[in-house]
Amino acid sequence: MSIAQAHPPETGPANFAFLNADELAAEAKVVRRNVLTTIQAAGIGHVGGDMSVTDILVTLFFGVMKLDPAHPDMVDRDRFILSKGHCAASLYSVLARRGFIEESALATFAKPLSALNGHPNRRKVPGVEANTGPLGHGLPIAVGTAIGAGIRGLDYRAFVVTGDGELQEGSNWEAAMYAGHRKLSNLTAIVDRNRLQQGARTADTNELSRLGDKFDAFGWEVREIDGHDYTQLLDALGRPGEGKPVFVLANTTKGRGVSFMEDRVEWHHKVPSDAEVVEALKELA
Amino acid sequence: MADTIALAETYDCRKAFAEALQDLARQDGRIVAVCNDSVSSSNLKGFQQEFPDRLVNVGIAEQNMVGVGAGLANAGLIPFVCSASPFLTGRSMEQVKVDAAYNGYHMVLCGMSPGMAYGELGPTHHSIEDLAWMRAIHDLTVLVPADPFQTDAAVRWAAATDGPVFMRVGRFKVPAVSKEGEGFEVGRADELVSGDDVALIATGTLVSRAVEAAEILKGEGIAARVLNISSLAPIDTAAVIRAAKETKGIVTAEEGVPSGGLGGAVAEIVVQSHPAKMKILGVDEFAPTGDAAFLLNHFGLNAEGIAKAARELVA
Ligand SMILES: Cc1ncc(C[n+]2csc(CCOP(=O)(O)OP(=O)(O)O)c2C)c(N)n1
Ligand SMILES: [Mg+2]
Repeated sequence: MSIAQAHPPETGPANFAFLNADELAAEAKVVRRNVLTTIQAAGIGHVGGDMSVTDILVTLFFGVMKLDPAHPDMVDRDRFILSKGHCAASLYSVLARRGFIEESALATFAKPLSALNGHPNRRKVPGVEANTGPLGHGLPIAVGTAIGAGIRGLDYRAFVVTGDGELQEGSNWEAAMYAGHRKLSNLTAIVDRNRLQQGARTADTNELSRLGDKFDAFGWEVREIDGHDYTQLLDALGRPGEGKPVFVLANTTKGRGVSFMEDRVEWHHKVPSDAEVVEALKELA
Repeated sequence: MADTIALAETYDCRKAFAEALQDLARQDGRIVAVCNDSVSSSNLKGFQQEFPDRLVNVGIAEQNMVGVGAGLANAGLIPFVCSASPFLTGRSMEQVKVDAAYNGYHMVLCGMSPGMAYGELGPTHHSIEDLAWMRAIHDLTVLVPADPFQTDAAVRWAAATDGPVFMRVGRFKVPAVSKEGEGFEVGRADELVSGDDVALIATGTLVSRAVEAAEILKGEGIAARVLNISSLAPIDTAAVIRAAKETKGIVTAEEGVPSGGLGGAVAEIVVQSHPAKMKILGVDEFAPTGDAAFLLNHFGLNAEGIAKAARELVA
């Protein structure tokens, strides 16, 4: 399951029919179910953030990005970086559905010697662009690859998803300032604005107020959406910026899709019991 | 707690850490805690309940956290800055060097859940470089308590002693290798087992495993000396030189990279004073996926791994 492609094939994008809003919704249900069973089997995971980011990931991988699972190193592929790397289970589930990895591999998540570590590893998992886990690394890397596209004369877009609590890290603001300065219209940063972090609500920790205004002040185009509405997601993610990087302020619900997990801080990394998984799967049927 | 405890019993040192810190905070209004959205992983829930105004949670922002800690020290408080060790050390390295150490502030940097305690979360969350990094910084005392009693003693020593301190606070459960109230002397190694054939010098989680290795070796007629290095900087130079002179070789064992940490510290002393054969055991590559217990065994950081290295030295 290792990438192991010493010479990246210089092929074009595969023919993939992007899904419409209804089809994305159906796909996201499967992904959410897989996240639950993956975490159940592993006994570890970050289910709350997995659920809040799922619709964003599904929209990108099935409705927006130029990708070829058979050639994960295709030079002009769109780049995706999951900066909130603790939500690896949702990324793996999407990569499996999209054909980058075997769906059966999900059962090995976090098990001894598995390629599917608790945080994503690009040296072991095709489709992963950067090893993340410490918060605040994804945006600078996305800025770099967006600049690199220009230097190489390649036509690709760079996408990065951060948590909202994650935006408390200063590295994001250094990168945001520079991306605005460089007018990186091929860069789209999405914040999974679920208003919860590890131990408390963001508002009770370090407020992050007026995020859109902040990015606007740094020279970004701001698109505020419902991060669970596929029509809005497709619109906000589908179009690159006009002479500016795009900041998608995606309002989401942590634990989305499972009533007893929604908007509850303890589900940041609590592992559901077998009975809870049964309940949750019923809701996601 | 009883005076002696069953060997089989193991402890998460964060509990002793939190209890000592809260106890000190009751006696000294200058004690404050600083953290990065890590109230629960740093076991600060009790502290937060008892002293809500003396807990500063800056959010997910470690560089800011260490800088704010230095500012609190400037204000005359004694900050205990608590975060998962990889982020406290790696992310905030320059703040540790300049804001804490170069300023010489009385502040205590608490590297929670160090080594490979975070197992399956992987190398991003493993703190295996912290000992090498922290040891390279002048004026910074580096402590690695090996059990809950030493953790308690380290917290109390650091609160009472002016100057910057880094200490590992273990999450991976370990048996006790010292006795309650025995105390903790910075700069002193504890000889837990005596022997003149080979020296096993260990720190943190590896100390109890070195004691077990000595047991195995004893059964084979090899008398191993076991030193617990809970004070890595300053280190007990005299004890290391004695080990080099009086035995046929030294095995070092640490839950960290084999360059620049305990093995590096011992080698620097030995090579300049009394060259001796050495084996340096540590985590020699980015870990594969696995829980902490699995990974320690994977890297041979267990009694059998230490005994094997010792046999090779005396052969
Ligand atoms: C540099 C760093 N500090 C601390 C952590 C520990 N941590 C993991 S997840 C998390 C909370 C993240 O909150 P948020 O960004 O809002 O993510 P989400 O709500 O989407 O899970 C924290 C503090 C980390 N992974 N990296
Ligand atoms: Mg959040």
